[in-house]
Amino acid sequence: MSEVLTREEASGAPRPARGPALRLPGSRAYGWTAGGVLLLALPFYLDRFWLQAGLFAMAAAIGAIGINLLTGATGQLSMGHAFFLAVGAYGYCVFAADGGDGLTGLGLPTWLAAVLAVALSGLAGGLFSPIAGRLRGAYLGIATLALIFIGQHVLFNARDLTGGFNGRDVPSFSVFGLTFDDRELVVAAVPFGSAEKLWYAGLVLLLGCGLFARGVLRGRPGRAMNAIRDHRIAAGVIGVPVARYRAAVFVLSSTYAGLAGVLLALVFQRTVPDYFGIALSLEYLAMIVIGGLGSVAGAVVGAAFVSLLPQLLTHYSDALPLVSDPGTGGVAPGEASRYLYGAAVVAVVLFLPGGLVRVAAARRRVRPSEGAPPGAAPGSIPGSTPGEER
Amino acid sequence: MSTFAELLLNGVSLGSVYALIALGFVVIFRATEVVNFAHASLLLAGGYVTATLHDDIGFWPALLAGVAGAALVGAAVEFLVMRRYRGSDHSVLAIVTIGVDILLTTELTRRLGTDVLALGDPWGDAVLTVGPVSLAHTRIAAFVAAALLITVFLLAFRYTSWGVAMRAAAESPETAALMGVRLGRVSLGAWAVAGGLAAVAALFLTVFPTPGLERATSLAALKAFPAAILGGLDSTTGALVGGLLVGVTESLATGYQSDLTFLGRGLGDLAPYLVMVAILLIRPAGLFGTKELARV
Repeated sequence: MSEVLTREEASGAPRPARGPALRLPGSRAYGWTAGGVLLLALPFYLDRFWLQAGLFAMAAAIGAIGINLLTGATGQLSMGHAFFLAVGAYGYCVFAADGGDGLTGLGLPTWLAAVLAVALSGLAGGLFSPIAGRLRGAYLGIATLALIFIGQHVLFNARDLTGGFNGRDVPSFSVFGLTFDDRELVVAAVPFGSAEKLWYAGLVLLLGCGLFARGVLRGRPGRAMNAIRDHRIAAGVIGVPVARYRAAVFVLSSTYAGLAGVLLALVFQRTVPDYFGIALSLEYLAMIVIGGLGSVAGAVVGAAFVSLLPQLLTHYSDALPLVSDPGTGGVAPGEASRYLYGAAVVAVVLFLPGGLVRVAAARRRVRPSEGAPPGAAPGSIPGSTPGEER
Repeated sequence: MSTFAELLLNGVSLGSVYALIALGFVVIFRATEVVNFAHASLLLAGGYVTATLHDDIGFWPALLAGVAGAALVGAAVEFLVMRRYRGSDHSVLAIVTIGVDILLTTELTRRLGTDVLALGDPWGDAVLTVGPVSLAHTRIAAFVAAALLITVFLLAFRYTSWGVAMRAAAESPETAALMGVRLGRVSLGAWAVAGGLAAVAALFLTVFPTPGLERATSLAALKAFPAAILGGLDSTTGALVGGLLVGVTESLATGYQSDLTFLGRGLGDLAPYLVMVAILLIRPAGLFGTKELARV
């Protein structure tokens, strides 16, 4: 570990000294700006299908950032993330619905309902923290699996709250007099429905969540979390309250999941219990491994990969070899995407330790203009400890 | 009272099958310190081979082929995937097995589709009735087979050189390697044994009274997770006790479902997890698991 750290420092330290005192904005800043403008412009050009796909990816990214704080940065395996998504999604429905469909609804203002639903997921995580704070590794992973079963049981049985098997409708969100529904609002000759409006809300939320998580990871808590992951006992010895940190990160990550759940529910416009099963939890783990453990960017990249893949394959199933429509005997798009992301999980850990974001980082470092230090050739980038670079 | 006895016996028989699966986890965990989340797909693979072959070559050869097939799949996973990661972080390795599981399960469920395959077992739906208690033959066979296999396994674990190598590798991999234990072979063997045990379990999970092998069968393997955990992941005794505990809990919760309707339907699937969480609150390393001690 110490060797890894010195190498990182060796590669990172000389750079500011070499650069001119007043640097022009680097290509990175241009990249960010261009990407930002592109994302802001997309609702004017894309149709509803792609906007929804993008919104799924954003919601997934928020959830993945949360689970990456827990599993990637703190080393706590969680297989129960879908449960907290469900708490967020259904919590929002219960708080916001007016009870018109025969199901329980408190009829609160929707912004308050969303805040309460997120808080409720955090509370659910907090209730689990006696376990989350004490268990490690596989024990925690399987204990959180219990949450999935409890969650599904409640979702199917508490009909008044969840609508049972068929699920329930999600009330549209509205804040400051702006309602995120399909009442059309025309902006620059483009009709804005719920997908377009939610797109911007999703972007804002994702940006906020990403920046917050980055702050957590870069600051004192992040160091403590990584210390717990890399060496729990040493972390305890130097004064990190290990159990308290574990519990706190669990609460934080379930709060993120709750927010992702609320956003997902708003995009779906209907919540069904089947969705929040084990498969969803495994997808989130796949996301953070594929993207890169322990980093915000990794979570976002992985979430985009895993959640857009099935949509892409479904949409282009006619044009793709080996992929056929569901029910025709061949490989259906859903199956094809599961093959791909299953294989990606295995292959990324095998060939790209550190995930997809690590590849981008490696390329940036060997670019001649930045003068790659000898220790930072792509082959020698420390990959055995995922996530110390963000 | 007779209902209770029946449920208890059924639970013990079901629990012995869970113990077989849980033993597979424990074996892999002891040999490599990796939690194998791909176990469900090994189970499905074994069941699938048996189900497709029994018409052509008869039940017993098909069962043997199923056991061999699942052992082979397990060994292949170890050889092709797990071996490449030796020495890296164990929770990352656990996630890798999730990737493997996604791959294998997708392939097997695609082949199964919506079919429900019979495994051609010789017991059929015969029921043995002793006094007020009646018990399906398949349940008795499951208990006897599981008891036999587990005994053989434990004896082998204790007395054969393979077992000694396994225990040495679990105790301290470096020392074992220095003493001439081939860690690669040990973990290969562990994965193969786990696969074989899972294939036998697949048989008994799909015989009467369950309809047959279907895509949901792999979910049954998920119940062996709490069994392995509540017993203690590194303890073979724990796997046995955990399996029985989970089996009996599930059987009783399902049997008395009608008295517990206020808790909702499908309680049997949930009960093992609730028991597990309760036990983990008291003993974080499971009932028989080794508590980690660190001298600082």
